[in-house]
Amino acid sequence: MDMASSTLATAEVSSAKIVVRDLTVRYGSTLALDRVALDVGDRQVTALIGPSGCGKSTFLRCLNRMNDHIRNIRIDGSVSLDGVSIYDAAVDPVELRRRVGMVFQKSNPFPKSIFDNVAFGPRVHGLRDRVELREIVERSLRQAALWDEVKDRLDRSALDLSGGQQQRLCIARALAVEPDVLLMDEPASALDPIATAKIEELIHELKTQYTIVIVTHNMQQAARVSDTTAYFYLGRLVEVGPTEQIFTNPSRPETEDYVTGRFG
Amino acid sequence: MRLHTDRTYELQLEKLRSSVLEMGGLVEDQIAQAMRALTTRDRDLAQATIARDHMVNRLDVEIDDLAIKLLALHQPAARDLRLITTALKVTTDLERIGDLAEHIAERAQELAVELPIKPTIDLPRMADLARGMLHRSLDAFVREDEKLALAVCSADDTIDQLHEQLFCDLISFMADDPRTVSRAMRLLFVSKYLERVGDHATNIAEMVIFMVKGRSIRHLDRPPRDL
Repeated sequence: MDMASSTLATAEVSSAKIVVRDLTVRYGSTLALDRVALDVGDRQVTALIGPSGCGKSTFLRCLNRMNDHIRNIRIDGSVSLDGVSIYDAAVDPVELRRRVGMVFQKSNPFPKSIFDNVAFGPRVHGLRDRVELREIVERSLRQAALWDEVKDRLDRSALDLSGGQQQRLCIARALAVEPDVLLMDEPASALDPIATAKIEELIHELKTQYTIVIVTHNMQQAARVSDTTAYFYLGRLVEVGPTEQIFTNPSRPETEDYVTGRFG
Repeated sequence: MRLHTDRTYELQLEKLRSSVLEMGGLVEDQIAQAMRALTTRDRDLAQATIARDHMVNRLDVEIDDLAIKLLALHQPAARDLRLITTALKVTTDLERIGDLAEHIAERAQELAVELPIKPTIDLPRMADLARGMLHRSLDAFVREDEKLALAVCSADDTIDQLHEQLFCDLISFMADDPRTVSRAMRLLFVSKYLERVGDHATNIAEMVIFMVKGRSIRHLDRPPRDL
């Protein structure tokens, strides 16, 4: 399989929010990502698909430097956000993660009230004004399509919420610090179909304002929510293109095998 | 091509493919029988051909059911999705060809009780061409051969020209001897049916190109020279 530099991806994106070039990641002697090049379109949903261990989560975590603290990791290549290299020494990782938020597979609300969960980020960034915090909490919960369900019980524990509500709370918490980019790692894999549909609907609404990168094992979900789909295999980006094309007529046989369920 | 991890799915896709072929083979036979009934003035054979049309219809329904089940249960993608949607559309054309065979058999029955008139010569040739197109479009389907499919699309012109010529011949025939009008009209119908068979075979070939290449060449003024 010769896929090295030919997978340079520009994917009909007029303006790229994130530009990744030659990204290579090693855990000790294990090659996790091999010279990946990908443009992430501004205010688009980009889905990363591929079997377990293909490198898609590693890739996602490189986009807000969540991998920095892993021992024995070595990251080469470049990742830039709005034209600025995020691995530059001058970049503050905390500020980077404010701009590039993350939602995880398992919802992870803090054992605090709904209000305090959403207000957590703004407070960390120094905001104390009670009125302003209330505004941010309401706006974020509205954006996460959770406000109507929780507005009368903001002081109740976040842990009392259902799984789907907890996940939307985590999205609200990520939105509260006004990020540009949302990274989602299997955001709906632990949810029932109705809660999943709500998250997917939310993704559709959020992409008018945010750039979203989502990792999912659910190919139908990738097909439903994303504009662009990137297929990873064995640490390489095999193919990237408009989602419709990837699922109806992919260019590479490896992609074809994966999206049609031919895993060997 | 690797096999599906889900073997049941693999087998059902194979069943879909073989059912389309079975239906294709059946309508090919139907055209051949109907034409033999016409040229040999065999009313029984015509009747038997008409009676067999329900087998074509049954396969049409079976293939639709299987395709819909596959779509609903497996969320097919890429080549599988294109195979299933192609099967759905191809069976519509095959079912129409089956109906045309039935119509030819009906005209054969009517003509068999009248005195023969001469110009049936080009109809068997048209039928051979139309059946050949159908046969090759099905071959292209099973072999996933887009070049063969493209050749089928290009062959349609010949049948159209034959129909045009036959039309002119029969018009002058009727003008010369108005007593032949009802018989000549029936032959003209048969010519039109065969011309339609060529059109349906072309549709099938176009769908095969879509199935293989993921690209539609339908509704172009001319078939493309190459893919």
